[in-house]
Amino acid sequence: MRTTHQDASRLDVPYDIFERQRIQNLKPPSWVNPTPVDRYNLVIIGAGPAGLVAARGAAALGASVALIERDLIGGDCLNVGCVPSKALIRTARVYADMRTADHYGAKRPEDVDVDFERAMTHMRQLRARISRTDSIADLAHAGVDVFLGTARFMSRDTIKVDSTTLRFRKAMIATGSRPDTAKIPGMEEAGYLTNENVFNLTSLPPSLLVIGGGPLGCELAQAFSRFGSKTTIAQDQPLFLPKEERDAAQLLSDAFARDGIEVRLNTKAVRVRLEDGKKVVDLVSDDYHSSVAVDQILTGVGRIPNVDGLHLAAAGIDGDATTGIKVDDFLLTSNRNVYAAGDVCLEHKFTHTAEATARIVVRNALFPGRQRVSDLVIPWCTYTDPEIAHVGLYVREANRLNIPIRTFTVPMHEVDRAILDDEQTGFVKIHVAQKSDRILGATIVASHAGEMINGITLAMVAGIGLGKVASVIHAYPTQAEAIRRAANAYQRTRLTPFLHGLMRRWLRR
Amino acid sequence: MRTPHASTLKAALNGTDAVDDNALLDDLQRAAFEYFLEQYNPQNGLIADTSKEGAPVSIAVVGLALSSYPIAVEQGWISREDALARSLAALRFFQQSDQNGKPDSTGYKGFYFHFLDQQSGKRVWQCELSMIDTTMLIAGVLTAATYFEEDNADECELRKISDALYRRIDWRWAQDGADTINQGWKPESGFLNYGWEGYSEAIVLYALALASPTHPIAPDCYRAWTLTYQWENLYNFDFLYAGPLFVHQFSHAWFDMRGIRDHFMREKNSDYFENSRRAVSIQREYCRINPLGHTGFDEYCWGLSAGDGPNDDQPQIEGERRRLFGYAARGVPYGPDDGTLSPPAVLGCLPFQSDTVMRSIRTQLERYPEIRSEGRLTSGFNPGFGMDRPWVSPGHFGLDQGIIVMMIANQRSDFIWRLTRACSYMIDGLRGAGFRGGWLDGAKAGLLR
Repeated sequence: MRTTHQDASRLDVPYDIFERQRIQNLKPPSWVNPTPVDRYNLVIIGAGPAGLVAARGAAALGASVALIERDLIGGDCLNVGCVPSKALIRTARVYADMRTADHYGAKRPEDVDVDFERAMTHMRQLRARISRTDSIADLAHAGVDVFLGTARFMSRDTIKVDSTTLRFRKAMIATGSRPDTAKIPGMEEAGYLTNENVFNLTSLPPSLLVIGGGPLGCELAQAFSRFGSKTTIAQDQPLFLPKEERDAAQLLSDAFARDGIEVRLNTKAVRVRLEDGKKVVDLVSDDYHSSVAVDQILTGVGRIPNVDGLHLAAAGIDGDATTGIKVDDFLLTSNRNVYAAGDVCLEHKFTHTAEATARIVVRNALFPGRQRVSDLVIPWCTYTDPEIAHVGLYVREANRLNIPIRTFTVPMHEVDRAILDDEQTGFVKIHVAQKSDRILGATIVASHAGEMINGITLAMVAGIGLGKVASVIHAYPTQAEAIRRAANAYQRTRLTPFLHGLMRRWLRR
Repeated sequence: MRTPHASTLKAALNGTDAVDDNALLDDLQRAAFEYFLEQYNPQNGLIADTSKEGAPVSIAVVGLALSSYPIAVEQGWISREDALARSLAALRFFQQSDQNGKPDSTGYKGFYFHFLDQQSGKRVWQCELSMIDTTMLIAGVLTAATYFEEDNADECELRKISDALYRRIDWRWAQDGADTINQGWKPESGFLNYGWEGYSEAIVLYALALASPTHPIAPDCYRAWTLTYQWENLYNFDFLYAGPLFVHQFSHAWFDMRGIRDHFMREKNSDYFENSRRAVSIQREYCRINPLGHTGFDEYCWGLSAGDGPNDDQPQIEGERRRLFGYAARGVPYGPDDGTLSPPAVLGCLPFQSDTVMRSIRTQLERYPEIRSEGRLTSGFNPGFGMDRPWVSPGHFGLDQGIIVMMIANQRSDFIWRLTRACSYMIDGLRGAGFRGGWLDGAKAGLLR
């Protein structure tokens, strides 16, 4: 392990072959913006997941489409979000598996020597590969006019990209969001990492403090700890992932402790100072004051919608940097010709939500569609180990809305495949309406919860009740069998004493 | 730790085997009660939290002692006068205690700090002003006041102080403007920021907070708390989830929850007593499955709850996956589970599933006789973590012994339940929380108030 580490303020990603490929795909230096048509059917600001889906979808339907991007095509997800983080998480999981190889009946290597640079290079290679799908050339080929530059509204139906004016019938704002950094005295001077520069690291920080226990903070804390950073995570709440079910968050805290992460719940970072090249962070938990000295701080305690410089007022669009663009249930802004999609207007800031809302906008903006955001069934997942996935209602929401529910719980230790994989931590909980089998929501904590939640989402969208799920044959042995087991538990509750009596009498004929 | 010789173990085992269930319960209950006599400070009536040298007082343990003295009187272990003197000493201490809320005081707003110095009665360890532990203390105070109902000067004084202590508690303040009651407060930093969601031992807290004639919580506070409940079908049992066993016991130590239901339980067609029965079944099923492969776990060797256990200071085998939690609230099925079990938590379930509990406690004593010392059950033991015998918690904990004394008395004669069924504050509190049915419909207050 290196004894030196990078200064956060001077983090430049190594310009290797993979980076050259990525830049060539997403922001080629030789790119010349096209000559705009007289009036576009749809102008999209922001080429992240929402912008890309809307641009491709609208162009495929024959609409004239302009897509504006001020930075890299692909947005946060591809460049500094889901894609690079999942690549690193996979590598980190390999190291964790090596250290615990004996739990799987394998021989534990004598010395697990982490090569962080190799992990980062691998990540860049995979990111470059995925960037091919979103390349500017592909978009142009699909009939999308891509404009690289900064957009701002000039009037209710015109947008300027640098010096070029684009006229539109409809527009969609999909400018995304950026990390909200904690306003902690001294942190600016000491320097810190966010998701925007953490993937540029070329050497592993020997020690790391993660401030904030949201999804990205949790994922990266675990990954860096598994790479060998002495990691502390401070969360200003009693549990991690405060939106998730208590048991899910509790299991995650336990998993962190097992991984050797120092967990500091109910703890606020109040001051940062530099001492002997280390960042010393003062922490307060009620009346307990302590300090932790680390090489790097990673923070990101929320997301701020990107609305600066858009000149929203010029187009009569309501919105600000705190709440984002204001939209109705059809994703329409206060300008009847302008829609928004993705992080810039949504509470649930996920790639798949951004894409789903972009599809709604294409339908509602270009055709007489009246599709509502509130009709969407949105799953999400935090890719820690174990993963934590959710869809639909939470129990506390149902209680608050006075919707009586029943929960069918299957601990993963009841599932053969989870036992065989030594992945017994976690559970499947499926919530159904008290007097029917209608699935209202589910939470899964499991090694592959993100894969498993899709089956439940499918059932919810297709209106398949938990009773019917019991009759769906699940391949054995799979971890998703936990879902069928929950359905079986539901079926058993339908066997009332009366029915049971009838069946016995029938069998005794 | 030295391990007992096999023949010693055999002798201890024979001792347990030779007695019938009643005699075994007699022995365990009496030995448990004697903890309160041994750990008592006659100057102020305060009881130490544990038998460890220099242990501070836990106010909750005082509440359990106050509830246990009447049992001891009825059993003939101490005289009524002695029980009264011990109770009065504690009540007088709390009445006169420093309530200014400063870091070295005893309490604030009628609540008390969780841990107190046994001599001075002042706060130690910079601990929190504890709402739930004050509740257990005051439940004991009210139980004593219901029992000591005679018309003599001392018993009159006890009832008077009891009422004053209860009326002094500012439950509304403990709400801190929120929907539910806050768990704790510190003079240094104010209210604690701990989430207190989900079913817990707090029914007794909410009931007493609702019935206060002076500073009651808002009427919808209890309902707000029950909105955080999780009703789950687990191992084919429908049940109101809480992981550790003690949660399923502490309110039941004072309240007879058989057949009375609040809004939540009416909706689920169950009651809290039935729920605790199911909690036992779920614990047994978890230990039968034993997902983490701990030594000793089976359907009679169960009992994950709050209690003492080995910690990470213990020598560890290279590559061993286990993490040890020391004193912790262990639970099922989501853990934490480090293979440590709590025998007092098993015995505390006696009223819920008496046959199963008797067989289980006998099994545990038979296999691991060292879990009983000085006649008392240890706080925790870990069958897989010792040289050739289990790791056993040294000494004893007051909360464990108190729950044993009370639950055996409840199982045998509804003793505490009969007392509290005549306590008007408790009746009002349960009714205020929306409980109906069973004994509560015909309940009439006794002498108190």
